[in-house]
Amino acid sequence: MFKYLKQLTSLVAMVAVLFTFTTESMAAKKSKTLKNTQKKGFVRCGVSQGLPGFSNADAAGNWTGIDVDVCRAVAAAVLGDANKVKFTPLSAKERFTALTSGEIDILSRNTTWTLSRDADIGLTFVGVNFYDGQGFMVRKSSGITSTSQFKNGISACTNIGTTTELNMRDFFNSKGIKYEPVAFEKADEVVAAYDAGRCDTYTTDKSGLAAQRTKMSNPDEHIVLPETVSKEPLGPVVRQGDSVWEDIVRWSLNTMIEAEEYGITSANADMMKTSDNPAIKRLVGAEGEMGAAFGLDNEWNLRIIKQVGNYGESYKRNIADTGILPDRGPNELWTKGGILYVPPSR
Amino acid sequence: MNFKLKDIGPQLLTVIAVVLVFGFFTYNAQVNMENRGIDFGYGFLSQESSFDVQFSLIEYDGSHSYFRAYLVGLLNTILVSVIGIVIATILGVIVGIARLSPNYLINKFAAFYVEFFRNIPLLLQIFFWYFAALRALPLPQDAEAMFGIAFLTIKGLYVPAFIWQNFNIFFYSIVAAIIAIIVIRYQAKKLQETKGKQTPVLLISIGLILVLPLISFLIGGVRLSFEVPVLKQLATTSFIYEGGVSLPPELIALALSLSLYTATFIAECVRAGIQGIGKGQKEAAASIGLTPNQVLKLVVMPQALRIIIPPTTNQYLNLTKNSSLAAAIAYPDLVLVFAGTALMQTGKAIEIVSITMFTYLSLSIAISLFMNWYNNKIAIQEK
Repeated sequence: MFKYLKQLTSLVAMVAVLFTFTTESMAAKKSKTLKNTQKKGFVRCGVSQGLPGFSNADAAGNWTGIDVDVCRAVAAAVLGDANKVKFTPLSAKERFTALTSGEIDILSRNTTWTLSRDADIGLTFVGVNFYDGQGFMVRKSSGITSTSQFKNGISACTNIGTTTELNMRDFFNSKGIKYEPVAFEKADEVVAAYDAGRCDTYTTDKSGLAAQRTKMSNPDEHIVLPETVSKEPLGPVVRQGDSVWEDIVRWSLNTMIEAEEYGITSANADMMKTSDNPAIKRLVGAEGEMGAAFGLDNEWNLRIIKQVGNYGESYKRNIADTGILPDRGPNELWTKGGILYVPPSR
Repeated sequence: MNFKLKDIGPQLLTVIAVVLVFGFFTYNAQVNMENRGIDFGYGFLSQESSFDVQFSLIEYDGSHSYFRAYLVGLLNTILVSVIGIVIATILGVIVGIARLSPNYLINKFAAFYVEFFRNIPLLLQIFFWYFAALRALPLPQDAEAMFGIAFLTIKGLYVPAFIWQNFNIFFYSIVAAIIAIIVIRYQAKKLQETKGKQTPVLLISIGLILVLPLISFLIGGVRLSFEVPVLKQLATTSFIYEGGVSLPPELIALALSLSLYTATFIAECVRAGIQGIGKGQKEAAASIGLTPNQVLKLVVMPQALRIIIPPTTNQYLNLTKNSSLAAAIAYPDLVLVFAGTALMQTGKAIEIVSITMFTYLSLSIAISLFMNWYNNKIAIQEK
């Protein structure tokens, strides 16, 4: 019997360790995510596997895009350095599991805000950083210029696990067209298959179509049809249950958009501290206690604007200058005819 | 029966440890899911799925339930596995025997095939057959007809559909032929054991399976016609074939790569099995006057099969599990349809992954049970 005492003790010790770990991890703290992020020293951000303009890595592994900039803004706010982000490329299928399981803390991956996603699966959408809609791409040589020319038997390439798959069915059903859905797990494979001629049309969010078009062997051979068949408000997502973290991410995004509204850029942010307009002063940390509620210092928003820039700068750098979508369309400020409108920082 | 603590103590502790570890993970998962407001339950299976699937063996569209989508994926997995196993077995046996051929060219060609295909990762092979071979195929409008009736294009293989009249009579004639063959085989075996008379069973069987269906055509009123696929224009440069049966290129590429890959391993099993039979056996069989064919059929193969079957069972299991790589090339198998789209649309990760795992487990166990049964059947029977 004593022979096994040693094994028994080690087993008891192991079980004890497991349970202490449990109680520790169960302890509800105010913002566990913020605390962990500051302890780790980087923001864990889930992005796409490569969508130019939104989240795309260059050969050296540097990520750029407007989705990437949301995570950089949060890093600037909570850690003081916009570069302290660890990016995790995720497929459409993996993204929510990665977030709910705690592998990442922000999902900024051109994700459509829908009721069922917001309510069902333990996620919270914090805002919209791109207003999009689903469209169709076809080969120019096909002579198709409108979705009304689609006929029975058309094959459509797309990604699995996206709202696209559902919208596509709604669209073709409402038109009474029989179609063949060809759904891949990764965007690169969708593009390769469509490019090879496997499908007659490629359908996803229009911004995605515009971005993927640049990856085709000959972009000029393809056109995006004018019709938009769905509403796709894309935005960052956080886990449900940490309202402080949720607020930090939401207001990091809002700060970028509001800064553009007030003409604050990365170049003039410091000078704006002496502005006469209190709204501007609040946005650069020169008035009020705008960071205290999040447990942050007062210049969190100034750092976002200085290090990442306002929404307009981010859009221009990532989407307009790269030739993906030069026209901002609905993603223009409400004051300039678009629908970007955020609550005031005060 | 006198168990000592010394004997059962460690085992008891192991069981307790396993239970505790599982309990810990289950508890943690429950608490975490509760904290994040995720419900657990299988109720979603009866909800409307609202997504379509490219290729299905049963009637399905988005208005059916998630459970129906699960069945679609499961049947597609079974379909590609069965096709893969059949082709891999035939090819594997041929290549395995070819590797033992005294003919230098055949021998080396078989060896090259085996070494080449088994040493490249399967996923790469799937990509190769799908993307490289796909690009090499013609667009529907450029496709040359094979035998005037079938078309292999980038959008799939289009073959004529069979249109039957009085199909049930034809079906009964086949069943009748099969029953007759079983009876004749049984009688022939009895005849050989009691009187030593040999009957040409194979010839009679082939005759029966040809003649009975033929009679059904001549006097049973069975009619068969073909619906040949016809080219249809969708837009200026966009065409498809209508009518007939179309096999998606994803299915073809997946079945092809799975069979080519697994056949190399089966070929090695077959070679090992045949080489495992002592030379003396063959010589002894020849010396009692058996023909080379009889030596192979009556002496070598029955013994070689005992060596071949167990490792080949493993290969069948591997092929079935490897079919889950289908997700990479859009073949709507269980993983793509159920653990992919359905998981995404419902967010029921734990439920769906557990169902999928259990399904693969059941498939594998079913294959194992069948192969074990067959292995026992051909095992040495002590009389």
